[in-house]
Amino acid sequence: MSITVKNVSKHFGSYRALDNVSVEIPSGSLLALLGPSGSGKTTLLRIIAGLEEPDEGAIHYQDEDATRRSARDRNVGFVFQHYALFRHMTVFENIAFGLRVRRWSRAKVNERVAELLNLIQLGGLEKRHPSQLSGGQRQRVALARALAPQPKVLLLDEPFGALDAKVRQELRHWLRRLHGDLHVTSIFVTHDQDEAFEVADKVVVMQAGRVEQAGGPMEVFEHPANAFVMRFLGNVNAFKARVQRGRAFWANMELECPDYPQDHDRPATVFIRPHELEISHSRNGVPSLEARVVHISPAGSVAKVQLLTTNLGDVLNVDLSPSTCSDLDLKTGDKVYVFPRKVRVFASDNGI
Amino acid sequence: MKPESIRLAAPARLQRRSEDPWFVKWTLILLAVTVMGLLVIVPVANVFYHALAGGLGTYWRSLVLDSDTRHSILLTLTVAPIAVAANVIFGVAAAWAIARFRFPGRTILTTLIDLPFSVSPVVVGLMFILIFGLQGTLGPWLREHGIKIVFALPGLILVTCFVTLPFVARELIPLMEAVGADEEIAALSLGANGWQMFWRITLPNIKWGMLYGVILCNARAMGEFGAVYVISGHIAGQTDTMPLRVEKLFQEYNLPGSFAVASVLTLLALVTLVVKLFLERQSRRQREEATESTDLAETSNRIDSTTYCQTTLEKQP
Repeated sequence: MSITVKNVSKHFGSYRALDNVSVEIPSGSLLALLGPSGSGKTTLLRIIAGLEEPDEGAIHYQDEDATRRSARDRNVGFVFQHYALFRHMTVFENIAFGLRVRRWSRAKVNERVAELLNLIQLGGLEKRHPSQLSGGQRQRVALARALAPQPKVLLLDEPFGALDAKVRQELRHWLRRLHGDLHVTSIFVTHDQDEAFEVADKVVVMQAGRVEQAGGPMEVFEHPANAFVMRFLGNVNAFKARVQRGRAFWANMELECPDYPQDHDRPATVFIRPHELEISHSRNGVPSLEARVVHISPAGSVAKVQLLTTNLGDVLNVDLSPSTCSDLDLKTGDKVYVFPRKVRVFASDNGI
Repeated sequence: MKPESIRLAAPARLQRRSEDPWFVKWTLILLAVTVMGLLVIVPVANVFYHALAGGLGTYWRSLVLDSDTRHSILLTLTVAPIAVAANVIFGVAAAWAIARFRFPGRTILTTLIDLPFSVSPVVVGLMFILIFGLQGTLGPWLREHGIKIVFALPGLILVTCFVTLPFVARELIPLMEAVGADEEIAALSLGANGWQMFWRITLPNIKWGMLYGVILCNARAMGEFGAVYVISGHIAGQTDTMPLRVEKLFQEYNLPGSFAVASVLTLLALVTLVVKLFLERQSRRQREEATESTDLAETSNRIDSTTYCQTTLEKQP
């Protein structure tokens, strides 16, 4: 079932949690609402679920207006950030709850719960209480409980937020596979861009109650719509620059930027991702910055090199592949030349 | 937060004990035991001794064959359950309102719930006489319609409800705040209606705390003297409850009868004590579990925001 969020606004007292938000969620897709704390992503999820009412705007389920429908009439599965499992009930009863309140027959309940226990690979633990489960197991029970009444939409609020890194990784893959099998329209909230990129078909980046950008993970990462999205998605080096007549001026470099064709001079910020920088021992005839190696951490899947530019005194973070790093044979204090393979320039908002 | 302070307090206590000389320790223990013995154990045991002094036959006769005493026991067994039921309904409603909603006057309501504890019971009785008595505000109207409240069962129930009002609510407010609304919201999202949510989720989570409040409320309802004394007019065989009966028999120099009824009340207190001990442990466990899970939630929240700060590591221009 597709979901359309139309011009939704929500205030809590004088605090504006959502400001004219519109999002399209195609049927069967897996969408991530990505943003920092306080960006309104959880509020939006709760409004879609019917746990909150919007002040303005509408929520459409398929073609029907569901804005005034209560949570229980929407047939939505909701997975809470801290699971909210019923602590006095066994795993079996937790999963069966949504079926029992809908008055399913005993035989059908048993059958459905067995099916879900199998799906979440927790067969044999149905008599345990939530307090006797690990975090990852609790999360899977919460998911099974939400899926039990066969919802048309699955909503997950920071589903892996409270888990340690390894379990989180496993559950991400598992959720992706599960979605591949079930094809239920799913929306999840996260503040972790890796999680959003790894799991979702579509990412909606939010900030301060507004949608900053929506699109596929590749599109959002490669073509960020503005400086906020650029900064929020992964590590980035940022430098002050100026733009004028389609060109940006930064240090000794001149860069093409056709987005700003205006005649007057505007302050701007140059963004370079650490993996989009190259280091060499000589100038090679390419416009480049002179820098000194401050720190090298070669451990891990990428070698992280920290440089200090000679004339600007800025710190530059560079990610190299371990093989490139060992080929360059860098040492702390070495003088090197850096040039960016890709640069993004955004004029500063306050400079207009 | 709580477990931390306990952990900090424990070593400090160990250190202090080892510093105290032996005679301080034994003097304090002796003092405490002597006071407890003289003030509590001896008088309580004495009640049973006097009640049974004339033999079991006399004891039985004073309890069962005296029709006024029989009636007083029956009356207490009527008033107390009604007061307990009213208390549970009010307690759950008030705790729900205070723990789940934010409204103007919420703090005042929380404070007012404790008021009945601080008003002298005699004054409580008087307050109701001033409202419902013949010279009272509603007195004439009530008499016209043939409704008797003062010097009758409704009055007894009213004052007993008043003096026991805070028991269940006071237990439930902190408990419900600790448990939080997460599970209730989860139940609603799974399609439960309000009743299903209350019976299947809320009630099981607060049942031990509620029972603890009920047992305290019941003990007070059965033992209440002052307020009931004023409002009942202590008419033997009509409005005398057990505590009033004890006093009346004592005034009439019927010591065996007085001590027999007193022993029943005391026995009740002892049973309450044992049940209370058990429930206290259960409800404390329930509350600790609740705070623990909320604490966990808070810590993981904190971890979330720090990891977020780390991932957005960036260089300011």
